[in-house]
Amino acid sequence: MRILAYADRISVAPGESLAVKVSCDGLDRYDAELVRVIQGDTNPAGPGYREERIELDLGGPFAGRHQALRPGSAAIVEPFPSARLTDGLTLAVALWPTLPGAGRQTILAARDPDGGRGFELALDESGAPSFVLSDGREEVEVSTGRPLVAERWYCIAATVDPVSGVVRIGQRPKRHYSAVGDSGERDHRDLPSGGFVPSGQRLTIAARSGADGHLHGFFNGRIEAPRLLSGALPLAEALGSMDRPADPADPRLVAAWDFSRGIDTEGIADIAGSAHGRLVNLPTRGVTGRLWQEHMRDWRQHPEGYGAIHFHDDDLCDAGWETDFTVSLPELKSGVYAIRLFADGESYYVPFCLRAAGESRKRLCFLMPTASYLAYANNRIGIDVPETEIMCGRLMEMHAGDLFMQAHPELGLCFYDVHNDGSPVYYSSRSRPVVDMQPGWVGKLGGVGSNLWQFNADTHILGWLEHIGIAYDVVTDEDLHLHGATALEGYDVVITGSHPEYYSLAMFDGLRSWIEAGGRLIYMGGNGFYWRISFHRDRPDIIECRKSEDGIRAGSPGAGEYHSSLTGEYSGLWRRNGMAPNVLAGIGMVAQGFDESSPYWRTEASWSGKAAFAFEGIEADVVGDYGLSGRAAAGIEVDAVDHSLGTPPHTIVLASSRIHTQLYLMVPEDMLDPTPALSAVETEVIRSDMTFYDIDAGGAVFATGSIAWAGAMAWNGYDNDIAGITENVLRRFLDPDPF
Amino acid sequence: MSRYRISEADRPYAEEFRRNLEADTYYHSPGLQRVLNVMRGSPKAGKYVLIVREPHARWALGRMPAARGEPVEIVPNVEYTDLKQAEWDVFCRRWKDLTGADLGIERPGRP
Ligand SMILES: [Fe+2]
Repeated sequence: MRILAYADRISVAPGESLAVKVSCDGLDRYDAELVRVIQGDTNPAGPGYREERIELDLGGPFAGRHQALRPGSAAIVEPFPSARLTDGLTLAVALWPTLPGAGRQTILAARDPDGGRGFELALDESGAPSFVLSDGREEVEVSTGRPLVAERWYCIAATVDPVSGVVRIGQRPKRHYSAVGDSGERDHRDLPSGGFVPSGQRLTIAARSGADGHLHGFFNGRIEAPRLLSGALPLAEALGSMDRPADPADPRLVAAWDFSRGIDTEGIADIAGSAHGRLVNLPTRGVTGRLWQEHMRDWRQHPEGYGAIHFHDDDLCDAGWETDFTVSLPELKSGVYAIRLFADGESYYVPFCLRAAGESRKRLCFLMPTASYLAYANNRIGIDVPETEIMCGRLMEMHAGDLFMQAHPELGLCFYDVHNDGSPVYYSSRSRPVVDMQPGWVGKLGGVGSNLWQFNADTHILGWLEHIGIAYDVVTDEDLHLHGATALEGYDVVITGSHPEYYSLAMFDGLRSWIEAGGRLIYMGGNGFYWRISFHRDRPDIIECRKSEDGIRAGSPGAGEYHSSLTGEYSGLWRRNGMAPNVLAGIGMVAQGFDESSPYWRTEASWSGKAAFAFEGIEADVVGDYGLSGRAAAGIEVDAVDHSLGTPPHTIVLASSRIHTQLYLMVPEDMLDPTPALSAVETEVIRSDMTFYDIDAGGAVFATGSIAWAGAMAWNGYDNDIAGITENVLRRFLDPDPF
Repeated sequence: MSRYRISEADRPYAEEFRRNLEADTYYHSPGLQRVLNVMRGSPKAGKYVLIVREPHARWALGRMPAARGEPVEIVPNVEYTDLKQAEWDVFCRRWKDLTGADLGIERPGRP
């Protein structure tokens, strides 16, 4: 991929504009055009790739240039009153390293970028704390020589006494075992002759400033309560000072940062003076610190237990690229569009939603699940996680895009990845190139056949809407989050994507109140309404999910870390928030498997009764034994009725799947006492239920309970029973008559 | 990592896998699934993967590196034109890697 790009927004209305940020690798020029995305599956067995070029001059060709991706989180304090340290200094900090020994990592640095005059506390190559002083020519380094053990709390202190010319460093584990040998101290006589105080006023935490103007030497792990005092305290006193909060009244205190303040912000507060700082690339806040105790659950109630920030060398929240050009969107019909950038046989798509202009809303709306696209952004599960081959039941296919992702981890992570230090990823952002959110992209978990996922899988739905010729608008998760039910006001019917898994409270409430006011929802997927996410308060491009308790997940947040740092909400399964998907959809997730899907067997209710309209004209007893996602209609991730979880009592089951492979296993949240009979071969719990329920106000929900549904609709050029059932439901839902 | 060790006693499951590939089915016996779990659950470093040369048409054989950012190694002179052929070839390679012996069962489909 020699072109990468992203835009500032993912949802725009006609008249609004989109700022496009592009990076080229060895391409002098590129051009751009606007396309409407219709069908992104390139499988020869599929309905055929389709996009519509829109006549609009975007101003190209443009000059290509390279823009870098620079992951790694840190804090920057500027201005920092360095001059107050001329007569000596004491630096103390608490630390919970996660990758000691994996390269040199800066803990705190105040060094001039050119020449390095100043001081720096770091973990050296061996993982031992080390203090460096430099006058720009001569460098003195003193290490404790005792490598830290990963994931243990330590206090580290360093002192410099310019009168005696002694520099000291020491470390003390929170819990001492003499057999481990991870406490100790060292001293050294001889300071650099030209001093150790930087001439500049910049201090960095968890990274150092390089001569190239960028941050380097990123730290992996937690840092808590760093403080600097003027003058050299005795080392034991400096280490002991970490047992107490810094005292703002102490005249020697130059700066002390209390990370338990402003956890839901990107600022760090200096309680001694005004050396406040800002965070870069969203390190993780609201994590347990050295003072955390077992009764603490929520950082809002016990901030003192959450005084640490977890930094990662692979955090990336905003690529911060310059804008190459801006597109002002004309009055076009609402839809999923993309800016296509191209040069030299290379092509890159930046998709976005164009909403309806003002009052011109149509009756049908496709709710584009952009939060779920973000949750899976640049997903590395098929590359990094070897067991994915077991889950897919066949060899992993590495497309050119996968090889690019393997080569370029700097694209950043998503909720299905773990950080380099093994900790779970809590944040995802769209302010970076999201390479797997493009038409044409082949995924990993989409089943035997086309193997599509999220954005591109949803183009099976867009293609079908185009095929049946019913006009629709598009609204995104972001719109639903920001405006609640108002975002859907005026629509009679809403269609979801194939996998609308991630919902914020405002989204969940917005969709539910729209149904309660008479809206009719076609839930055309599986694993929907599953995880509770939080959006950043000021930036809808950033979401957070902490997969607390259980659910299918890449990692487990630590004890006491189940609350979002962005909002304080209790994160995790909606089911663990008392709002299982069943409450809204009628069904909820029961299993996943990424090989073969199953057909549906019809129930009596599909032949006669209130919901039989769905099967009007359908003769077969078994439907959907074909498809592009696992070669049948029910699969990948499947949902079923569970009255104990809030499925409305009058929910009608029209059909259910039966034959899933043994890769389909009961989800952890359903598994109480594990038995050896938890695969789909043996347990009836694992199935897709196709359901319908309505409410008095006229609202209704039709649910398919299968991610593979859309891939079956697209089978045989959208001419099949699954597409027929969906069209029956859609036409009936558009008819205002009560059911 | 799997505790189960594949041995000559698993030969019937190799036969079953060959038949299932021919029958184009993903519904395997528990015994075969156990063999596949061992083979497919191998760690990332050195793991066999298919490198797509032409989507839905042509694949090379690759081996994953241990870490993010490192290059994927291409196994020289191996190319497949259908996925069943690839599955069977990798099954045989893994059988040899895990038991030290050649499986010695004919490939399905084209030779
Ligand atoms: Fe999912």
